[in-house]
Amino acid sequence: MNLPMNLLLIPLLPFATFLLLGIFGRKYLSPVAGIIGTTSLLVSAILSLQAAYSYFIQHTGEVYTSIVAWKMTWLPFSQDVSIDIGFMLDPISVMMLVVVTVVSLMVHLYSLGYMKGEDRFATYYAFLSLFTFSMLGLVVSVNIFQIYMFWELVGVSSFLLIGFYFDKPSAVAASKKAFIVTRFADLGFLIGILILSYHAHTLDFPTLIQRLTASDSTYLTSAIGSSFLGFSALTWGLVLVFMGGAGKSAIFPLHIWLPDAMEGPTPVSALIHAATMVVAGVFLVARLFPIYAISCPGALELVMWTGAISAMFAAIIACTQTDIKRVLAYSTMSQIGYMMFALGVAGYGGENGLGFTASMFHLFTHAFFKALLFLGAGAVIHMIHSNEMKDMGGLRKSMPITHITFLIACLAIAGIPPFAGFFSKEEILSAAWNANKAIYYIALITAGITAFYMFRLYYNIFWSKEAKHDSHIHDEHSHGEGTLTMKIPLLILSIGAIGAGFIPFGNFVSSDGHHLHLPFEIANAIMPIGVAIAGILMATALYKKENDKSDKIVAALGGIYKGAYHKFYIDEIYLFVTKKILFNLIGRPAAWIDKNIVDGAMNGIASLVMWKANLIKSIQSGKVQDYALYFYIGVFGLAILAIYLVK
Amino acid sequence: MSGVPLTHIIIVSSLLFFIGAYGFLTRRNLIAMLMSVELMLNSVNINFIAFNKYLFPDNLDGLVYTIFIIAIAAAEAAVAIAIIINLFRNTRSIDAEDADQLKN
Repeated sequence: MNLPMNLLLIPLLPFATFLLLGIFGRKYLSPVAGIIGTTSLLVSAILSLQAAYSYFIQHTGEVYTSIVAWKMTWLPFSQDVSIDIGFMLDPISVMMLVVVTVVSLMVHLYSLGYMKGEDRFATYYAFLSLFTFSMLGLVVSVNIFQIYMFWELVGVSSFLLIGFYFDKPSAVAASKKAFIVTRFADLGFLIGILILSYHAHTLDFPTLIQRLTASDSTYLTSAIGSSFLGFSALTWGLVLVFMGGAGKSAIFPLHIWLPDAMEGPTPVSALIHAATMVVAGVFLVARLFPIYAISCPGALELVMWTGAISAMFAAIIACTQTDIKRVLAYSTMSQIGYMMFALGVAGYGGENGLGFTASMFHLFTHAFFKALLFLGAGAVIHMIHSNEMKDMGGLRKSMPITHITFLIACLAIAGIPPFAGFFSKEEILSAAWNANKAIYYIALITAGITAFYMFRLYYNIFWSKEAKHDSHIHDEHSHGEGTLTMKIPLLILSIGAIGAGFIPFGNFVSSDGHHLHLPFEIANAIMPIGVAIAGILMATALYKKENDKSDKIVAALGGIYKGAYHKFYIDEIYLFVTKKILFNLIGRPAAWIDKNIVDGAMNGIASLVMWKANLIKSIQSGKVQDYALYFYIGVFGLAILAIYLVK
Repeated sequence: MSGVPLTHIIIVSSLLFFIGAYGFLTRRNLIAMLMSVELMLNSVNINFIAFNKYLFPDNLDGLVYTIFIIAIAAAEAAVAIAIIINLFRNTRSIDAEDADQLKN
């Protein structure tokens, strides 16, 4: 293996960059901030690729074990329980290292062009580095509390980046919303951690998993034995941990922050809200997967259904949105739902673990094509200066590279062979077929809708109306298709979107560390491909040329379309619950108690004192002779006392 | 010299002291109040001298104290007059009733 130093540099380089740019960036380093950030991340990415190479390729033996490369006790509570900071390598964390550093590198490179001339250029790169550091720290965590700390750091950097344009009220509102919603979910996560560690007497991941899965362990019996509201403590713990994951991963019904998070700069959306941070929830469930699968299938079933509902729900909404970044946001939510229910249908070990491998595979491929889609959308927005579909159309001639790479990403997400998404989706679907037919059909329909809305997006941007923007392109405000640094990431990511599917993923990542042969049967693939092609053809018919067919369908669907367009009123429900119910029923009585009873008690004491003081304050007449009289009386009294005592 | 007994002198000084105390409490004019204070001081002086003379004729302590008290009374009168003049400049009055800004 490598020296731990090489590994430690992977997260520490972005952290050093963050400190450097955060402290000195704005004043001294503004022109070279992008170069510094990108270079340090390039080194990080090379080091993680090297780590992946040594972990996977130079590996000998049958089973991938998890290696703790470095660890220190940070905060010991007792003999057994301590919060450690460390660096753990196992198949999923190595895979995440590669995904995070590569996508982050692409985004750093892309931002050189996209954010050029921005006032807070260095701050932007400092935040990006902070985010990369936190995400890397999260994936290599050895301790469930370490993951929680980095989890919150990721939340903070996401908050900072969504609110990057802090002079835009909508961006400020979006960043607050994202922070509050995920913070609310993290409350569940924290309680879940406390429940699990209370019963397992440890915070350490390997020990925790070992103690809560071994069938003869006393810890497991204690966790199952104590129950609350009809569910065992273990179920509660796992469900609450999943709640934290659902908040970060924008799983229904905690998804409401993700579409609004698109207020941030587009490369940020590509990095945080598409490829890396939002899969943290999937990663968390995968990290604790043995506990879910072996000890508590009930919680895993919840994961499965929430994932499936989320996938379908988001796909339907995505068909109606007109802001291209929002379409992509809902598509992200839908794909993460896919990953979640793939985990949900999986079991532990051997062939049963197909869903686990499929989920991680989809996470891996999704990172490439979704980052590509966002960066492509960023290029379009950069040129058009608008997020709305109606301002676009016919861009294929003026933006050839963006057009081709965007098409590749669309084909990949729609699941057309031989692009990456096809392979991972195919594995997910076969896992679902083996486990639960209802989930399989939901997934299949969602795949069709996915193909439809992605090509609706594609045609609306690049075809539809004939390029009316020619006049725009030549005026001085336009940037054209973007700089070379914006095109290179698109090309590299499209190689990923084409090629990532050919990686024999089962050899690397599986639920129990053994190699897993991924079954691939043409018969299984026919249905998904057929559905995807049907979706694409439908989108072609409706949107390739400007016509009124889509409007007619909208009119025919009436209420359903309206509901989907308004995101099924989930935001309004939240507002209703918080404003009307929470504020009126809890907030207002609490305010009344505070104002009248708490403040009233204080005011009462004060006025009592004042009333008494008014009674005795006439002694203080301000007249010197009155005081002299008191003085005489006092002296007199003392004299009498003295005489009496002397006697 | 020996015709006057000690008690007579003490009665005189007590009378003088209470006249001063009464004047200090009842007169509203600050100058008159100051004069009453002087009366009280002088009754104390008489006491000192009488006790010194009748009880410890060999010592001089009482006489020395009396001289100190006279000196301090002069200084005190100077300070008091200064205060009264300042008060008069501010309120155009030397009535003790009017100087009640510290009320309540």
